[in-house]
Amino acid sequence: MSRVRVLVGTRKGAFILSSDGKRQKWKVDGPHFGGWEIYHVKGSPVDPDRLYVSQTSSWFGQIIQRSDDGGRAWFQPGTPPGEPTTTPDGMPKGESNKFVYDTSPETGKPLTTHQWYDGTPHPWEFKRVWHLEPSLTDPDTVYAGVEDAALFRTTDGGQTWHELAGLRGHGTGSQWMPGAGGMGLHTILLDERNHDRIYVAISAAGVFRTDDAGKTWRPANRGLVSQFMPDPKAEVGHCVHRIAMHRSRPDVLFMQKHWDVMRSDNGGESWREVSGNLPSDFGFAIDVHAHEPETIYVVPIKSDSEHYPPDGKLRVYRSRTGGNEWEAMTKGLPQRDCYVDILRDAMAIDSLDKCGVYFGTTGGQVYASADAGDTWAPIVRDLPSVLSVEVQVLP
Amino acid sequence: MIRLALPYHLRTLAKVAGEVELEIKGPATQRAMLDALEARYPMLSGTIRDHVSKERRPFLRFFACGEDLSFESADAPLPEKVASGQEPFLIVGAISGG
Repeated sequence: MSRVRVLVGTRKGAFILSSDGKRQKWKVDGPHFGGWEIYHVKGSPVDPDRLYVSQTSSWFGQIIQRSDDGGRAWFQPGTPPGEPTTTPDGMPKGESNKFVYDTSPETGKPLTTHQWYDGTPHPWEFKRVWHLEPSLTDPDTVYAGVEDAALFRTTDGGQTWHELAGLRGHGTGSQWMPGAGGMGLHTILLDERNHDRIYVAISAAGVFRTDDAGKTWRPANRGLVSQFMPDPKAEVGHCVHRIAMHRSRPDVLFMQKHWDVMRSDNGGESWREVSGNLPSDFGFAIDVHAHEPETIYVVPIKSDSEHYPPDGKLRVYRSRTGGNEWEAMTKGLPQRDCYVDILRDAMAIDSLDKCGVYFGTTGGQVYASADAGDTWAPIVRDLPSVLSVEVQVLP
Repeated sequence: MIRLALPYHLRTLAKVAGEVELEIKGPATQRAMLDALEARYPMLSGTIRDHVSKERRPFLRFFACGEDLSFESADAPLPEKVASGQEPFLIVGAISGG
């Protein structure tokens, strides 16, 4: 029988939740890196025991951890202890925790400014890695979405990271501004059919697409309407919270925006609203069923000023029609006095049949459904505030 | 020999218990001490000072011999009692956060 491994990043460490394919009884392992903020943990699709972790701290900066055995042992894939961190001529060698914007004349872009909250120019400053997206074909290649927004890539298993500077420097960067949580690049979608195509999403800038493996980028926000902006239909500036795709149908994208649930049927060329009968179209997480590309999940949040579920009821909403018509999934979820939030990277879906759906809350619960959302049960109730959830199905 | 006291999370990261003892070639300065620390524990690169600017991270402070050395020049000589190993150099994280 298959096994399932849920990778949870929290404000105070990482946790690994394991079960057999029935997904009824769970083992909780952790905390790993206790006391550190773990923004994201994700495994390689081609080598599931290869895990990458974004470990971060306002005090000590960014660390990348890696495991080659499914999380039993961890190491930082940089210079081994005892070896110098500089070359004989004094140049710094790469380190696994070194994310430096590329300002070289050959491959980089000038480190100019983006907009601050008050609209004034603000210099670009690296703060942390929000999201790690391992390559679909190579366990040593990983993309990292960072704050202040930029995309980095390693091709040596996390030892060295290089910016794909064409994104930050493509021309609209000076108009990007941070959302309440910072100006993070939080979503990276890799196209299984066309490896040169990548989508990223940035708060608050919007969606961007490359068709040449990251050299050049263009905004993909037509159809988005954000009333908080001076021009609600501007090319960039939209607070996109999350985008998702089904791997078999990479031209169809779903989006949870600051307000509005949206879809695109043409690779982000244009978007249309599919919020339909949701009780609130504000939220963070969105994901797609493993086997039904038109079945999608969101967790409505009351408003941008009240980051908790409407009416104190924690409800996952499922649409089997690709949006517009939504049904509330409530069995096993608290239906009174619930005031947690579900963050953008805190929902995941496994590939078993029926597919499992998982999400974590700012209250420290991780809920699982082993029947595509029909019924739910908590795997664990009292973790630190959950930042991210990923799931792997293992043989 | 210089004695260096790291905050808890950096001791965990470097897999050390208690103080770190460092030998420095040449003048004993803050820069030479941190260079020696990062050479011996590469995983600490970027955790105490910025990778590029080499400036102290804002939530950390440096103390020794009852003095706040956070704003001393990186190339100023360390206090004699630190340089001789009589007193430790303390790297302290801000008491903040939840």
